[in-house]
Amino acid sequence: MNAPITSPALTAKDFKSDYKPVWCPGCGDYSVLTAVTKALAMLELRPENVAVVSGIGCSSRIPAYTTCYGFHGVHGRSLPAGTGLKVARPDLTVLVASGDGDGYSIGGNHFLHACRRNVDLTYIVMDNHVYGMTKGQPSPTTEPDWSSKLAPGGTGVREFHPLVIALASGANFIARAFSGDPNGVAALIVEAVRHPGFSFVEVLSPCVTFRPEQRGWKESARPAPVAYTDDPARAARRLMTDDGFNIGVLYKGRRAPFAGLPAAPTHSLADLEGGFRL
Amino acid sequence: MKANHSSVSVALAGSGGAGVMTAGNMLLEAAAAAGYYGLMTRTSGPQIRGGEAAAMVRVSTFATDAQDDRFQVLAAIDWQNVNRFATELPLGPESILIGDQAHGEPPEVFTKTGARYFPVPLKQLAGQVQGGWPNMIALGVLAGLMGLPAQALEAAINKAMKKGVEAGIAAAKLGLAQAANLDGFKLKEIPAKSSRWLITGNEAAGYGALRGGVRFVAAYPITPATELLEWLSPALTKVGGTLVQAEDELASINMALGASYGGVPALTATSGPGLSLMIEALGLGVTAEVPVVVVDVMRTGPSTGIATKSEQADLNIALYGLHGDAPHIVIAPNSLSDCVAATEWAVGLAESLQVPAIVLSDQYFGQARAVVDVPAFEKKSFHRAKANSNGQPYKRYALTDSGVSPMAIPGTPGITYTADGLEHNERGTPSSQSGDHLAQMEKRARKISQLDPGDAWASIEGEGDVALLTFGSCTGPAREAFARARAEGFDARLVSLRMLAPAQPAKLKQALAGVKRVLVLEQNHSGQFLRYLRSEYELPGEVKSLRRPGPLPFRPEEIYREIVRP
Ligand SMILES: Cc1ncc(C[n+]2csc(CCOP(=O)(O)OP(=O)(O)O)c2C)c(N)n1
Ligand code: SF4
Repeated sequence: MNAPITSPALTAKDFKSDYKPVWCPGCGDYSVLTAVTKALAMLELRPENVAVVSGIGCSSRIPAYTTCYGFHGVHGRSLPAGTGLKVARPDLTVLVASGDGDGYSIGGNHFLHACRRNVDLTYIVMDNHVYGMTKGQPSPTTEPDWSSKLAPGGTGVREFHPLVIALASGANFIARAFSGDPNGVAALIVEAVRHPGFSFVEVLSPCVTFRPEQRGWKESARPAPVAYTDDPARAARRLMTDDGFNIGVLYKGRRAPFAGLPAAPTHSLADLEGGFRL
Repeated sequence: MKANHSSVSVALAGSGGAGVMTAGNMLLEAAAAAGYYGLMTRTSGPQIRGGEAAAMVRVSTFATDAQDDRFQVLAAIDWQNVNRFATELPLGPESILIGDQAHGEPPEVFTKTGARYFPVPLKQLAGQVQGGWPNMIALGVLAGLMGLPAQALEAAINKAMKKGVEAGIAAAKLGLAQAANLDGFKLKEIPAKSSRWLITGNEAAGYGALRGGVRFVAAYPITPATELLEWLSPALTKVGGTLVQAEDELASINMALGASYGGVPALTATSGPGLSLMIEALGLGVTAEVPVVVVDVMRTGPSTGIATKSEQADLNIALYGLHGDAPHIVIAPNSLSDCVAATEWAVGLAESLQVPAIVLSDQYFGQARAVVDVPAFEKKSFHRAKANSNGQPYKRYALTDSGVSPMAIPGTPGITYTADGLEHNERGTPSSQSGDHLAQMEKRARKISQLDPGDAWASIEGEGDVALLTFGSCTGPAREAFARARAEGFDARLVSLRMLAPAQPAKLKQALAGVKRVLVLEQNHSGQFLRYLRSEYELPGEVKSLRRPGPLPFRPEEIYREIVRP
């Protein structure tokens, strides 16, 4: 047997590609990228063993900005693509990235079912309460009175509560992060990756272009006043009553993750063919 | 009764719970045990469970997956609503009707065909056997009418029944005895038996997928593809793969793409409504060059259509449904047993060309069960070209001559990249430059257009200046029509296309050299196949379209008439 090769520890920089992001200066997503690369270094992973899977949106551009394997798919389907990948390749660390439009609107159904299926992956949603890429339309997390060209005077439709939905649907780990604190986001991602099953990290990530008022989030965001719970009923009450700015791990469950591909075949193709033979 | 029939078709009808499908399957098994070929198709009313249904069983001395022109026997446990199947159960003056007086007379729609009626007291006879059922009596009658030996019937009952075997056999024997009093349709002796399978088209497609190397399937249930998935689910686990039931078809196809991106050959199966939902992601497979296979078991459309019945009307969406210019593969099996090879081939092409492939099966193939000769498989080796680091910057979408560029599989160091549905350059970096778009477009088109399918693109039979062009499940009745014409000294050419995309104009031109009259056979209303042929190929001479929408299958006789027409 060869002596094990100990590769030098990687730093966050090793996980950042040399592509220049298309993001606007000041966009919250830069910090999420930094946090992801830091987290991967802290987890002592290697880029080739990590896949970053996304849909479409400003936030969904993140895979190519890392040095990991990336999959930039179609709008709203990051979770199914990530699910297929992780089930087929249980050896990989899979991070799935979305925006609030990608993940909660067009991909909303997949969100529910990914939570219930509980595949061992980490789902990072960069929530800016707006459709950034298509230039400023309301998303499911947009406040009902936020006025835009598409919905002058606001939509009048109440916001979607992703964390409550995640809990009710069976997510095994629920955290809220704020991109203004990249180290904090990194620490939450590390915990999320380490926790088995479906881990959901909702990151408040301001869109400085279409929601400049979100720069004020740094005043509102604060650590959650209490430690996480593993009791879904207690978590539900807390999530329903918080103001959307409690940061930290809010729930950790104990459900067994979804099984991946079996390690080895038990039958040959000839055995299966035998089932048809007369 | 002389044993002079080479094919006998019978139908067993009845209302829900009468056990017509059970008996039909046993009849098919008995025919197989006696060394015959057989085919069972089914039809049912709108009820989810229960309700009237008919098992249609054709037993023959030759292999066929087509229904015959008419049924020699229509037996009914009871006649409730059986008249609804009248168009699907054509009878003639030579046909006979078997029914139980206790359930009244056969409906006029059947008697007016000239078919003779022979009442058999199915219920009363069943009452004579402890635990006996009328369907088992009917099974015996039908087997007796064809001249199937009692041992074959016993073997089939033994194989199929978990309990009540004795009673089943006793009842079936009472039926056999009844048949002895009737004029039957005794089958000819069958020559030595080849090695055979008893298989449905859906199972065949599933098996072909596994042979092709598929180890990941994600899918959402839909008639008539569900049985394909139900066969695959345990089978995949046995060979080291898995099936995920997705929340919808958008998820199915994207899961399959994710798995395939990870290096595991992946497939999904669906029908028209599901294929419609998958189209956007198929375009992703084209642009990001991720292999994936979709088996579309076609049913009548559009919309929910007739969910349980067959039609060949998804050709347009399979060929042209994707937005943008999206070269991909479309393959159609042209016999029930070809569902194995066609699906295996589609997987091989998808993998080796890194492209989505659609397999156009249909409800007729998918849900029919038949005795088929074990196909001879060609030794083909298709595999995905995988990249390894050579120290140079990795170009995932390198502009190669073949258009195929080696693919990095996650886990391989030094060549990480992002698979992207955005247009990109050779490195995979998103690009909105016209030059990159053109170059990548040409690369994607090149790998498809350079493909040489050899002889596998079509099956070609016969000579002569009349040619019939078809695809899919229309091929079976066409083959039979050709055999009849040939038996009468009239030869013609049958060309059944298996590779629909990319089109093979040069090969078809050669196949049609010297042809003066072309018949185009397809099961849809608008002539999708004809339009496709007209746009992609040159058709010589006079062209006639033979088409109708599903679900009624073409009968050999009507095709035969068109072939020999002066
Ligand atoms: C099927 C489809 N519909 C619509 C679009 C247009 N589109 C692109 S991104 C986007 C919304 C993105 O919003 P979000 O996910 O919140 O991401 P953000 O840009 O804010 O990061 C939309 C509607 C698309 N690409 N595909
Ligand atoms: S539009 Fe908003 S979300 Fe998009 S890059 Fe600019 S700031 Fe970020």
